[in-house]
Amino acid sequence: MHPALSIVLFTTAAGAGFGLIIVLGLGAPLGYLPAGGWFAFVALAVATALAALGLFASVFHLGRPERAWRAFSQWRSSWLSREGVCAVATFVPTAIFGIGWVFFSATSGIAGLCAILGAALAAATIYCTGMIYHSLKPVHQWRNAWVVPGYFGLGLMSGLLVLDLLLRIWRRPAPGWTLVTVLAVAAGWVIKERYWLAVDTTAGPSTPASATALGRRGRVRLVEGPHTQDNYLLKEMGFQIARKHGRRLRWIARLAGFVVPLAASVIAGLVGHGPAIAAAGLAVASAALGLVVERWLFFAEARHTVTLYYGADAV
Amino acid sequence: MTSLPPPRAGQKKLGLVIDLDICVGCHACATACKEWNSGGHSGALPDFDPYGAEAWGVWFNRIHSYEEGDGDGARTVHFPKSCLHCEDAACVTVCPTGASYKRAEDGIVLVNAEICIGCKLCSWACPYGAREFDADQGVMKKCTLCIDRIYNDNLAEAERQPACVLVCPVGARHFGDLGDPDSNVSQLVAERRGRDLMPELGYRPVNKYLPPRPGRMAPHPAAAAAAAGASEPATAGERLLRWVDRLLSL
Repeated sequence: MHPALSIVLFTTAAGAGFGLIIVLGLGAPLGYLPAGGWFAFVALAVATALAALGLFASVFHLGRPERAWRAFSQWRSSWLSREGVCAVATFVPTAIFGIGWVFFSATSGIAGLCAILGAALAAATIYCTGMIYHSLKPVHQWRNAWVVPGYFGLGLMSGLLVLDLLLRIWRRPAPGWTLVTVLAVAAGWVIKERYWLAVDTTAGPSTPASATALGRRGRVRLVEGPHTQDNYLLKEMGFQIARKHGRRLRWIARLAGFVVPLAASVIAGLVGHGPAIAAAGLAVASAALGLVVERWLFFAEARHTVTLYYGADAV
Repeated sequence: MTSLPPPRAGQKKLGLVIDLDICVGCHACATACKEWNSGGHSGALPDFDPYGAEAWGVWFNRIHSYEEGDGDGARTVHFPKSCLHCEDAACVTVCPTGASYKRAEDGIVLVNAEICIGCKLCSWACPYGAREFDADQGVMKKCTLCIDRIYNDNLAEAERQPACVLVCPVGARHFGDLGDPDSNVSQLVAERRGRDLMPELGYRPVNKYLPPRPGRMAPHPAAAAAAAGASEPATAGERLLRWVDRLLSL
C-alpha cells in the first residue's frame, strides 16, 4: 500500500494526542498528577494540538475536504465514520475537564467525571482507528490480532513519554509514572514484534488462481497488463517495499521507537533534574521518529489483493 | 446509506456474466465503457497527460491477459475486470458518508459523486480493484452497470443493456438478473459452472466468470486418429484420397 505521508503523520500524531488524553483523564482524578494551573494547561494543550494536528492532516488527505463533515453520518456501518464521531466527541468532556483542572484545580466531581469520559472516548477513538485497518479483508497483513493492540500500545506509549517529559519539566517527576512509561514502551515493542512476526510468517488466502477463477490447467501468470502506464490502483496499492529495505527500516523503528526511549526513560528516572529533562526529551524525539518509520512500514509492508491481478504470486 | 439493504427472497441481482472461453482481449468493452461514461452521469472520466509519456486515467473496465498452465497444455486467457456488484459489498459498509450504496431494487452498487469525499477507503475495501479515484473531481468512480442505459426509455429496447455487453464482437459478455434462476444468465452460469472471483473472502460477487471450456486444446479428432495409427482406409478410392491429402500436405 502506498504510505501517504498525511496518513502516517495523522495516525502517529493523533495516537500520541489521544494517548495523552487517556493518561491525563485517568491520572488527574486518581490524584497522580499536579493539581492544576500551568502544568494542566500545557499538558492538555499539547494533547489537543497533537490530536487536532492529526485530524487536520487526515482531512487534507481527502479528495473533497470541504465535504468532510459528511463523514460523521455513517457511524452505523463505517469504522471511519465512528472514528470521526469519537474523535470529535472526545474534545467535549475533555474541554470541561480542562476548564475545571486548569482554572479551579478540580479533579473530582464534574471535572473528574468528564476526565474519565474523555479518556474513554479517546480510547474508543484509538480502537476505531485500529479497526478501520483490521476490518479490511483485502489486506491480509492487517487481519491479525496485533493491529488494534498495536494502535493502543503505541498511542499510550507516546502519550506517556510526553507526560513523563512534562512532569520532569515541572519538577514533578514520579517513579510511578516512569515505571508505567517504561512498561508501556516495552509492551509496545512486544506487540510490534508479534505483528511483524505475523506479517512475515503468514500469507493471505487469495492467489492469482482464486482471483481469476482460473488455474485448472496449472499456474496462472500475467502475460499482459491492462495498461502500459500506471493507474490509480497501481499508484495506491501497487507499492511494494523490497524485503531488505523493509528489514533495515524495521531496525530503525526498533532502535528509535523502542530501544532509545526505553533506555532514556530509565536513565531519566535515575539522574538529576536537568539531565533528566534532556533524557526524557530524547525519549520523545526518538519515539516520534521511530513511530513515523513504524507507521510508514505498516502501510508499505501491506499488500492488497488487487496486486494479484498485476503479477503478484501471493499476498 | 452505507448499510447494505436487508436480503429479501427472490430479490433482483443484476450483473454480468463474462465468458473467459470466448473473450479475445480486443478491449472493445473497455473502450465502449469509457466512451459511454465519459459523456454521461459519471463524466468526465479523466485522462491525465493523454498524449504524453506518463498517460493515465480512470477506466471502469480493465482487460488483463493471463497464461494458465505451462507447456503444451497452456492457454492464454483474456480477463475483463470491472465491478462485480457484490452481495456483501464491503465498499458500501466502509464508506463514512453514505456516498457508496447498494440499491435494494436491483443490487447495483453505485457512488453518489455529490457526497463522496474521496477518502479512498472503498477502494481499499474492494479486493478486485473495481473503484478508481478521479483525481480531477476528487471523488471515487466505478462501473454503474450502465444504470443510465438499462432503464432509459429514450433507447430502443434492444439497446437497454450495458455498453460493454452490446459492443462485444464475440458475445463474451452477458447481462441479466442472476437472482432469477430462469434468466438466460443464470442458465449460462449453471451450464458452464460460472465461478466467483476470490470466493474465500466472502464478498459474494454477483458477476460470474465462465471458465475456459476444458478440452479446447485437445488435438483435432482426425489428427488424433492419424497420430494413433487409425485403421487403413477400406476402399481404393479412400486410399487415393489419403495419398492426395498427404501429397498436398507436403
